[in-house]
Amino acid sequence: MYSYEEFDRTFVRDRVGQYRDQVKRRLEGALTEDEFKPLRLMNGVYLQLHAYMLRIAIPYGTLSSRQMRQLAFIADKWDKGYGHFTTRQNIQFNWPRLIDTPDILDALADVDMHAIQTSGNTIRNVTTDQFAGAAMDEIADPRPYAELIRQWSTDHPEFQFLPRKFKIAITGALEDRAVIRAHDIGLQLVEHEGRIAFKVFVGGGLGRAPVIGQELVDRLPAEDLLPYLEAVLSVYNLAGRRDNKYKARIKITVGAMGIDAFRAKVDAAFQRLRKVFNGQDLALLAAIQKDFSPPNYIEKSQGDYFDALDNDSGFREWVERNVSPHKHPSYASVTISLKAHGETPGDATSEQMRAIADIAQQLAHDELRISHEQNIVLPHVSQADLPAVYQRLLTIGLATANIGLISDIIACPGMDYCALATARSIPIAQEIAMRFATREAEIGHMQIKISGCINACGHHHVGHVGILGLDKAGVENYQITIGGSAGNDAVIGEKMGRGFSVDELMPALDRLIDAYLDLRSDEHETFAGAVKRLGTGPFQEALYVVDQAA
Amino acid sequence: MARIKAPVVITANDLFSGEVVYLDASHRWSAELTVAKVFSNTDEAETELAKTFSEADVIGAYLAEVIVDASIAPRHYREGFRQKGPSNYFHGKQATQDAEVAA
Repeated sequence: MYSYEEFDRTFVRDRVGQYRDQVKRRLEGALTEDEFKPLRLMNGVYLQLHAYMLRIAIPYGTLSSRQMRQLAFIADKWDKGYGHFTTRQNIQFNWPRLIDTPDILDALADVDMHAIQTSGNTIRNVTTDQFAGAAMDEIADPRPYAELIRQWSTDHPEFQFLPRKFKIAITGALEDRAVIRAHDIGLQLVEHEGRIAFKVFVGGGLGRAPVIGQELVDRLPAEDLLPYLEAVLSVYNLAGRRDNKYKARIKITVGAMGIDAFRAKVDAAFQRLRKVFNGQDLALLAAIQKDFSPPNYIEKSQGDYFDALDNDSGFREWVERNVSPHKHPSYASVTISLKAHGETPGDATSEQMRAIADIAQQLAHDELRISHEQNIVLPHVSQADLPAVYQRLLTIGLATANIGLISDIIACPGMDYCALATARSIPIAQEIAMRFATREAEIGHMQIKISGCINACGHHHVGHVGILGLDKAGVENYQITIGGSAGNDAVIGEKMGRGFSVDELMPALDRLIDAYLDLRSDEHETFAGAVKRLGTGPFQEALYVVDQAA
Repeated sequence: MARIKAPVVITANDLFSGEVVYLDASHRWSAELTVAKVFSNTDEAETELAKTFSEADVIGAYLAEVIVDASIAPRHYREGFRQKGPSNYFHGKQATQDAEVAA
């Protein structure tokens, strides 16, 4: 993991000091809310429905056990004893008081964390594959590049007031687990003639005008990464619309200009900027890469692991669902589900956070990841230790074996917390998980993603089944999309028709699932596979059969 | 956006805590909707609302439609969640109110 240097620590502490003074002046009345709001947002402090909300950056979703324990401490001392992990691999606390936020930021600085650029029209937290550095299908660990981008973009003077927020995702694996083409810039690490290069996508994004990113360049040499990104950002900064926030994202700029014209402008800027980068970025990258060397793998006897596989059906099911292959043959990556049936997706209590931190420290080389699917990952676990990890997760209610199943739902906070929401997301996710709990193994791989408004923080557009909560004449109403995908074949789902009331939604989903089980070619054909083979027609029919009968 | 219809109350968030507050008849901010001043005339409410913008201890004041019966209730479900708290945990005002009743 990257370790802060004195420069980083001084920068973060200085920012906390500035923010503490800004809060003091606001509370004394020396700053108006109009003056203060952009300052608090630059430090991750939002105002939500019931209280302030603090969004804390977890760079590319990577945490140490010490940092996780500090998040638990913050949850207990200044919040309500839990935190919410988000689709951007961050954590949010829903109940801090404004007066306490400088102390929280100081507590974060104690463990080399902050909330800078988790809001505002800046470059946000760079997200990546939760299995980075561990995945068997990985070309190279993308996190050193993510860290390089983090350092370059943090407090970058030219990019603090972009036309709109800007999100970058990067993957180093063959399978895209970071939804890179739904980001303003998506970076796919590739190998070309024995060297690392990047396929660069631009203009992806969900929200009210969902777009899958287009390829900007197919083989960008890794050494050109920062000048090229700076070229893209500088073109967007000048050409992006500032007159209408709904048309200000880069996807609109690229769409209006056309990908070829946009590319030509980027290439011209790149030729100019490449000369400005004099190699310091490459020296920095070389230094960063040393912090991301693989852990010291330990060979252990695997007798207990095979015994548990033979004799413990719960453990076997958990291994099948929640354990992923690792590039080291006797290791595995464990996904800890934060989707226990009936619980709030992405939430963890302080007690759970501490227990997970202990497991990471004692059994997983002290590393943790947050996935964009709102789960926690132990990237490096010896297979020999899997039974012990499972038993310890059981005791804290976190051994739910449902990764990739219908109850492993992405859900934004929705109207239970969010000031922008038009309907609730969380109770819908809870009800779906409970309703299909006994059938989920039969249903198999299925991604349901729920957003409580058109901003699409719950990624509903790229769910196999997407659910969008809207306000229809003062009543919560849920629109369904089908056929979306967040993977290598990223595609926006198709809207099925009229929305459903809360009471209508679960019966509609029952009909949808029943139709899938009837229509699939065999038990191995997933829901997404069946939709691809049959089209959305039969599923649309199942959803609205009640309307036809009426 | 449709023009807001009376009866309405003035609501905001408390600067220090972020808690939802309502303007009462004594022009004090209260955590309880039940004591909020109800305006039966929207123009009068908007005039009163304009005065709150310069107040230092609340943020984002606006008018919210209510139903006045035996008590005051929010007309829209969004205001219902603001008045009560989230539906996934027993947090927010619903917990505070219960604690006050218990005490």
